[in-house]
Amino acid sequence: MKNRNFFWFILPSLITMLLFIALPIVSVVVQSLHIEHEAVLNEVENCGPFGCKKELIINVDETKRLKLEKPLGEFNGFKTYTNRNHLAFEEIKLAWSQSESITQFISTSLNLPFYRALAFTLTYTFVVTPFVLFFGFLIALGVNSLPKQMKGPTIFVSLLPMIVTPLIGSLILFWMIDAQGIIGSILQRIFDDPNLSLKASPTLTWIMLMVYGVWHSSPFAFIVFYAGLQTVPSDTIEAAMIDGATRWERTKYVVLPHLMPLTIFILLIQLMDNFRVFEPIVGFSAQANATSLSWIIYNDISNNEDQFFGSAGATSVLTIIGISVLLIPVLIRTWREFNRKVV
Amino acid sequence: MSNIAHRRSPLLNIIIWGLVLIWIIAASFPFFWTLWGSLKVQGDFFSKADWTNAITGVRTQIETGGAFTGNGYFGAWVTKSFWEAAINTGIIVFSVVVISLTLGTLGGYALARSGKRYAFYLLMLALIFRAMPHITLVSGYLLPFFEWNLWGHLPTAIIVMVAINQPFTLWMLHSFFLNIPKDLDESAMVDGCTRFQAFRHVIIPVMWPGVVTTGLFSFLLAYNDFTVTATLLSQSNQTMVPKIASFLGTTQTEGNVMFAVAAVVSATAPLFVLILFFQRQIVSGLTAGAVKG
Repeated sequence: MKNRNFFWFILPSLITMLLFIALPIVSVVVQSLHIEHEAVLNEVENCGPFGCKKELIINVDETKRLKLEKPLGEFNGFKTYTNRNHLAFEEIKLAWSQSESITQFISTSLNLPFYRALAFTLTYTFVVTPFVLFFGFLIALGVNSLPKQMKGPTIFVSLLPMIVTPLIGSLILFWMIDAQGIIGSILQRIFDDPNLSLKASPTLTWIMLMVYGVWHSSPFAFIVFYAGLQTVPSDTIEAAMIDGATRWERTKYVVLPHLMPLTIFILLIQLMDNFRVFEPIVGFSAQANATSLSWIIYNDISNNEDQFFGSAGATSVLTIIGISVLLIPVLIRTWREFNRKVV
Repeated sequence: MSNIAHRRSPLLNIIIWGLVLIWIIAASFPFFWTLWGSLKVQGDFFSKADWTNAITGVRTQIETGGAFTGNGYFGAWVTKSFWEAAINTGIIVFSVVVISLTLGTLGGYALARSGKRYAFYLLMLALIFRAMPHITLVSGYLLPFFEWNLWGHLPTAIIVMVAINQPFTLWMLHSFFLNIPKDLDESAMVDGCTRFQAFRHVIIPVMWPGVVTTGLFSFLLAYNDFTVTATLLSQSNQTMVPKIASFLGTTQTEGNVMFAVAAVVSATAPLFVLILFFQRQIVSGLTAGAVKG
């Protein structure tokens, strides 16, 4: 294809991506270096029957004017990044010097909002992703060995958790595990504890969110693996059988290597999607016990009265850095493989 | 293939059947339970006394006189005007699908036929864009959108979702176009067509299976979105998902939870129908990206 033709064909798509994906990233970086104006304070002398008092009063008009003039706020450098709500260098240093043991240091750091969210996001990503791969593979093996007329309905049912709106899916589960819902009250009966509530304890909340994550994403891995199983070369399987390989050995040495590229694909998509975990936290109203990076950004900007663009920007930049670090190994692999194919 | 060699031991059979059965229940039961519960009153679906009330519907009998009630649906759709949100969702979803497919087919076709180095770089860039958490992008939009008075309108949300959707659409359509033989459009160009005429008269008639599959996924992205619609739309332009989330803020009032339950069921129904009709396309779409690279 001629360069000129290529340019015109790709142009509309490229423009939207540059305007609404690349530019916002720049905007986020700029925002993160600024901070909202402080309210303009005027000193007013207030005289009453008991003498005069000096008071500080917020000058509403002046504050508004300042906000209109420079909506970005004032330049703040990297101070937003290092403040208590983000990387919190001061607090970390303090915790380091005051803590007697490493566990105490960690638990102090995890009380800081950014580190708390980071800890949950990473735990979620690294727990849910392997489980999704494992369950997806297991279900694929199971469904693959069902009789033919059973496969269609099974796949239909399996698609449901994946395709349902994440917020709605988490709400559906949330109502079931409610202390007055079906799963919640059955659990209370099993453990014989009428006060058992999955929402109250942080550990249970984390587990609940991750169970939801696995439930939601396993179908994706299942479908991809299932399609891969259809293309396993039967010659190789038969050859392995003639050589006396057991079912387990055939799975391990023939099927699994065949599915390796698919595993990388699922891994890539899952890392991206799990790192941005957000809707379940809203759906399960879990913010008291679990917050994610996406959630704290949302929390900064969702309030219509007070929006903290600087703070949201800084967290966004840190999140983008996080996802880049996470994906670099997988991206490099995709890059190499793709390169090989093209050349 | 010999069946004897493939025969499984009974134990393995039991394990497989058990596993699949557990999965089927885990995947489908929550939906049927919620559908059932949406036809009851709150006192049954969230029963303080006994969870089996949700099945027998004791309170529903007492409060409404029937075993089932449509109060939740009436409350959500009529009292709380859920229909407005449904219309907004319809507009957004339709526009996002049409626009992203138009841009995506042009771009995907170019990427599939280019063969140049920069096409590969563009695909890699799209993959990196795909990785960006949506909320980070949204936090970049808000301030400029406020400044230019773009915030709150449906078209703004539509174009933003089209853009967020582009990387995925490009990848998917690119891999579909790779499967259409090059000779087809090249022979048209030998016969004197320009590149665009070749695309228009030769490629467009044969591209529909790929476009339908990609369209399904664009539909899902727009329909399921919470991040963009919840932050970029004003109250009057709200779509279904943020609307459901806003029902929850007022759960203290008796009955409002049931509005949310009914709304949830209503919003899930179209997805159900979608799988019913397009199961094959969804499955092939999920695997297209993976199997073909």
